[in-house]
Amino acid sequence: MKTTTCLSAALAFMMIAENAAAQEVNLYSSRHYDTDERLYSDFTELTGIRVNRIEAGGDALLARMQAEGANSPADVLLTVDTSRLARAKAAGLLQSIDSDVLEARVPESIQDGDNQWFGFSQRARIIFYDKKDVSNPPLDYLSLADPAYQGMVCHRSSSNAYSQTLLSAIIENHGETAAREWADGVVINFAREPQGGDTDQLRALVSGECDISVSNTYYFARALRKGVEGLPAEELGNIGWIFPAQNAEGTHMNLSGGGVAANAPNRENAIKFLEYLASDQAQKYFSGGNDEYPAVPGVGISPSVAQLGLFRPDAVDLSNVAENVPLAQEIFNEVGWY
Amino acid sequence: MSVPAPRGLRGAAFLFGLLALIPILAVTVAALFGDFDTVRKLADTVLWRYTWTTLVLVILVAAGSAIIGTGTAWLVTMTEFRGRKWLEIALALPFAFPAYVLAYAYTDVLDHPGVVQTTLREITGWGPRDYWFPEIRSLGGAALMLTLVLYPYVYLLARAAFLQQSATSYLAARSLGRTAWGAFMTTSLPLARPAIVGGVLLAVMETIADFGTVSFFAVQTFATGIYRSWISFADRGAAAQLALCLLAFALFIALLERIQRGRARQENSARRQEVLSRVQLTGGNARWAGIACMVPVLLGFVLPVIILASMAMRSEQNLFSVRYLLFLQNSLTFASAAAVVTVIGAVLIAVSHRMAPSRLTSLTGHVARVGYAVPGGVIAVGLMVPFAALDNAIDAFAEARFGLDTGLLFTGSIWLLVAAYTIRFLAAALNGYEAGLTQLPRNLDNAARTLGARPASLLGRLYIPALLPFLGTSLLIVFVDVMKELPATLIMRPFNMDTLAIQAHRLAADERLEGAAVPSLVLVGIGLLPVILLCRSMGRRRS
Repeated sequence: MKTTTCLSAALAFMMIAENAAAQEVNLYSSRHYDTDERLYSDFTELTGIRVNRIEAGGDALLARMQAEGANSPADVLLTVDTSRLARAKAAGLLQSIDSDVLEARVPESIQDGDNQWFGFSQRARIIFYDKKDVSNPPLDYLSLADPAYQGMVCHRSSSNAYSQTLLSAIIENHGETAAREWADGVVINFAREPQGGDTDQLRALVSGECDISVSNTYYFARALRKGVEGLPAEELGNIGWIFPAQNAEGTHMNLSGGGVAANAPNRENAIKFLEYLASDQAQKYFSGGNDEYPAVPGVGISPSVAQLGLFRPDAVDLSNVAENVPLAQEIFNEVGWY
Repeated sequence: MSVPAPRGLRGAAFLFGLLALIPILAVTVAALFGDFDTVRKLADTVLWRYTWTTLVLVILVAAGSAIIGTGTAWLVTMTEFRGRKWLEIALALPFAFPAYVLAYAYTDVLDHPGVVQTTLREITGWGPRDYWFPEIRSLGGAALMLTLVLYPYVYLLARAAFLQQSATSYLAARSLGRTAWGAFMTTSLPLARPAIVGGVLLAVMETIADFGTVSFFAVQTFATGIYRSWISFADRGAAAQLALCLLAFALFIALLERIQRGRARQENSARRQEVLSRVQLTGGNARWAGIACMVPVLLGFVLPVIILASMAMRSEQNLFSVRYLLFLQNSLTFASAAAVVTVIGAVLIAVSHRMAPSRLTSLTGHVARVGYAVPGGVIAVGLMVPFAALDNAIDAFAEARFGLDTGLLFTGSIWLLVAAYTIRFLAAALNGYEAGLTQLPRNLDNAARTLGARPASLLGRLYIPALLPFLGTSLLIVFVDVMKELPATLIMRPFNMDTLAIQAHRLAADERLEGAAVPSLVLVGIGLLPVILLCRSMGRRRS
């Protein structure tokens, strides 16, 4: 035990020495995309700042930051949905920063009012359908509960963050009662028990298990770009898509974003890193590498993403949406959307 | 006469017990300080579902691994048929698989768009929803995956027990007119029962703690319920309250397991040394025995390896890149460090209890076993919160006293992660080591003492050298278990130290299952050698 303590003390001192020598930035990230490697190595090439990373689920990272407290090595928190950013802010884990670059490049609607977090890429959560079987696809989210679609709808489990945020947005836009009725109706319309990931929802359209499903755009765009197993190019033509609620609240968006940790030891580098994420180079990568929508207006999107077409996104206040997540889970539990 | 344990040894053993107690205490405190609103809401909706699903899963896995493990162990130890020799080793191989990897593989071929159902539709001309096919992403599917990777526990322990049994009782029963089946049921099975139950309980504990498989299949167990309360409801108190229920269940299982081992000692005490000659099976019997032993190997190992290999070939992952070398290195580092520390803890706890059994030493052993049934994420958070607080206190003190910035000493270091592994897998190491320790005649301790050996030297001159094979077994089990571990590694690992399991999880989370097959295969490949060694070392105990 004594040797362990001595060793870890020695290790810690070495780390302190190293800190002083090398420029680095410490990332706590729940982006889990293997193709992101390029994003980080490009930053190091550009600035000479080394990127250290821990990837885990958003809440696991929040728990770790919270436990580590004042001495947390985290400089930047990156997440794949707004609700975790809002939670981080509420828990005092982020700090406000002044950055002219970020102010100029990231649209007002996808950054925090106190400049504690900024969105860097977006994905639309839209409705896909089998063109062979469905002639009148649902045009908005609420219609997924329409009795006309009984036994046709597939969706993933309610333990998934995307499901939770979608219902949270519906609560925000249409009220709790409508949201509960909606969830109840969708459960009745399920073609199968909620399961699998977003790609699985799309594959099930091809195999014929489902007629209508909901998925983030980038999984479909990925298939358009290079083919994905179970989604062969010749079958993609049979999948139609609807950007929902164009005549109502607009299409539900998931935001991948980040902020500077409250106790960031390398604050300057953290800001540099966020500014880099808003640069043309990184923004192009979000679209070209991971088929997302860049947050910065005017940055070209990749052909596969462009192919999906233009749409009007939901402009609802994402912080409010984030607060609805526990209620959304409660509703899911009540109606048996497991 | 018991030998008083030296104070240092007792103290060290006690420290390991204390370490294992930390997450339990942390969870209890969090549970008591939380309010009960969320749990009350859960009780109205999904709590019973969690409980029910967990129970059914436990029963299915227990029954499945008991039947497969005992049946195959009996066949390979008591009978002779073609292929028996290699099947004896092959039956242990599924242990190298993490259950969640098996789930990836079987989902790829068995879900609706998978090759099996697609072919079925092509051959029969059935429409996509015209037929019924068992759903792999289901409670039954999860039970199957877990059974396939966990039955080797029962198999290995039951085989060791059958090998140790005296042949006399079985032969006597046969000569008195019992059928082979009757003799098995009335003599061999009861004698091996403690070992079988011990293996089943280990499988049950792993099942309760499993998160990877059930969450991948969207099956609602207690473990997924804990994560859901924590993540969706952002209610750490509620998560802790559920975790506490699970802990209570784990304590109960650990207690059962301990009682069981207590009995095992008595029933084995009068064993004799005859070697049983195997019954030569011929014709149909031999064929059926071969098939019975082949099926679990095929389903739990051969088939998944083939599926994963074909998935891996379709993926873009480059196995021979520097990244993979680093994943490999990290996996090996964590697994070896944890195996050594855990086994040291197990030896200290077991030996100090043997030298001077007291309520304290027995309690230490009991607490040390609980971690095996606790989800890794619960241990991780339960360890991180108090240690980070300690780190911050040390930092504040050093700053005030010496103007030193120590930062976080434990949190985010490999040591705290190793501590989490140790807590999680102490039970496995303890079982492996104590299996040998209980067989070591007490006279040896006394003889050594009479000859003037100091208590401290007993460890180096008796308890370790005499039980090397058992130490080896423990090391190997922990090594393989740590290689497969996911949730604690995910939350606690140091910067840039991704493992093979992490990479597999990452690719699966990004819905690139073919990619996930690559690190998964490496993981299984590394696990093979220890599993084969394990199987050999546990088969050599007929002396």
